[in-house]
Amino acid sequence: MIQFNNVAKTFRRARVLDGISLNIGLGERVALIGSNGAGKTTLIRCLLGEYTHDGAVAINGLDPRSNRTEVLGSIGFVPQLPPPLKMPVGQLIDFSASLCGTDPQRIHAIAKRLGLDVENILTRQFVRLSGGMKQKLLISIALGRDAKVLVMDEPAANLDPEARKIFFDLLAERLDDATMIISSHRLDEVSALVNRVIEMDMGKVVLDDQVADAVSMTATLACRIVLKRFEPAFAKALDGWNISSSDDSLTWTGSIAGPDRLRFLGIISRYTALVGDLSLAETGN
Amino acid sequence: MKQLWLTAKLDIVESLRARWFQIYTLIFGGIVALLFLFGLTESRVLGFIGLSRLLVTYIQLTMAILPIFVLITTVRSVAGDREAGVFEYLLSLPVSLSAWFWGKIVGRYIVVFAPVFLAMLGAVGWATVQGIEVPWNIFGYYTALLAVMAMCFLGIGMLISAIARSTDMAQGAAFLVWLTFLLFLDLILLGVMIQGKVSPEIAVTLALANPLQVFRTAALALFDPQLIVLGPSAYVILDLFGAEGYKIFALAYPAALGLLSATIGYFLFRRGDLP
Repeated sequence: MIQFNNVAKTFRRARVLDGISLNIGLGERVALIGSNGAGKTTLIRCLLGEYTHDGAVAINGLDPRSNRTEVLGSIGFVPQLPPPLKMPVGQLIDFSASLCGTDPQRIHAIAKRLGLDVENILTRQFVRLSGGMKQKLLISIALGRDAKVLVMDEPAANLDPEARKIFFDLLAERLDDATMIISSHRLDEVSALVNRVIEMDMGKVVLDDQVADAVSMTATLACRIVLKRFEPAFAKALDGWNISSSDDSLTWTGSIAGPDRLRFLGIISRYTALVGDLSLAETGN
Repeated sequence: MKQLWLTAKLDIVESLRARWFQIYTLIFGGIVALLFLFGLTESRVLGFIGLSRLLVTYIQLTMAILPIFVLITTVRSVAGDREAGVFEYLLSLPVSLSAWFWGKIVGRYIVVFAPVFLAMLGAVGWATVQGIEVPWNIFGYYTALLAVMAMCFLGIGMLISAIARSTDMAQGAAFLVWLTFLLFLDLILLGVMIQGKVSPEIAVTLALANPLQVFRTAALALFDPQLIVLGPSAYVILDLFGAEGYKIFALAYPAALGLLSATIGYFLFRRGDLP
């Protein structure tokens, strides 16, 4: 499906990509990880046909640079930083939908599922939306069409846990018919979403490994935490997660999205000394 | 074609909301309003009175402001969009590079030309209401002159944007281009040429390679057909083109220069990294 053949990119004298060769098949969900400057964004831009480079990139045998409209018509892209577009939300949706040959209502529907009521912000400038709203809208535009490849750069970074859960559900619906490349600085952010991890460093692939595909994207975990004593900072950290406390604020119960378990445990780990009891139990889809 | 118009529309909407456009519109609308306010239509200079006088003054002012404004705003917004990640996102959508580049030019051209033309049209409308005679031949030619002036500097601006990789570099280059044109206006150029004992034909040819000079001379030619104020240079120009020929040259050359610059810009844009 996607082939990188000895792809190299040099900016002035700095070699940012150094002979990358990869084959990514249909249905694979790849985590592209690495520190800042590892070459992730450059690799994505080569895939999108935005950078010239040595070597070859092909999607279904087509070069994205010379077959732009055909190749990019099958790619949904979510950038790490939302562009500062001054155009109204409605026009951005119509522009994208028109270019991609999709119905704007599909984008509206996905945005609505993510908790973004597009109808109320159609005339508002995109740049004036909050970080989370921008992210939800860009995800909606990427998922609101029949994209065969989803390329996402830190897609869930600005989403609240509720929206993250829905985002995982939306990705789960595309598992069979789309290839996903999800870029992130940290594996724990995306580990549950992917079945293959590619780590980059200094422009090279330093790790390419398959991941056990045991975590269902639509699974939900029932969670119970008992604290030894109440701490307001703990309550603040759980703000936004679907977890509430009992009357004495010592017992906390609720549910979290399966793919979010690592992220959730990361937050709880900051309060290890407070936790007297913790349980996470898979409740199914 | 659909992609081109979509891109043009997008650029128009983006520009209409930008601060530079509001200032730009205010300047040209303000100039016309001020010219009326100060009773320019009542004054008589070189035999010009009424709306002709106003239009002559308007185009002189426009020639001083429009080139630098078009150059700076074009390179700032195009290079700025590239730096801010707008290109990264919008060019990840299935739009062809030709539709994107030329669509941007079409959209930007409409946005740049409309306020200048509408201000002039407003003056004509107001004059008609006031019963002042409208010199349609001058109005028509000035409109064409402003149209090619906008095209010329927009094309040069897009070329600079395609070459420069940062907003600062693009702005610096745009300013340098404008300054070069300005420094090589007839007086300085002819002074240097005369000191260097260059033949008048070469001096005038070099001067007329400068689009700013071409516009200036064309505007002068409307109220001074023999170009007396230019001195001996007028002989060379009129011998070479004739009065009507020069008017056509003043439209064709800058338009061709703008289109050529834009075309070179397009090929450079297509060949290099997009964001």
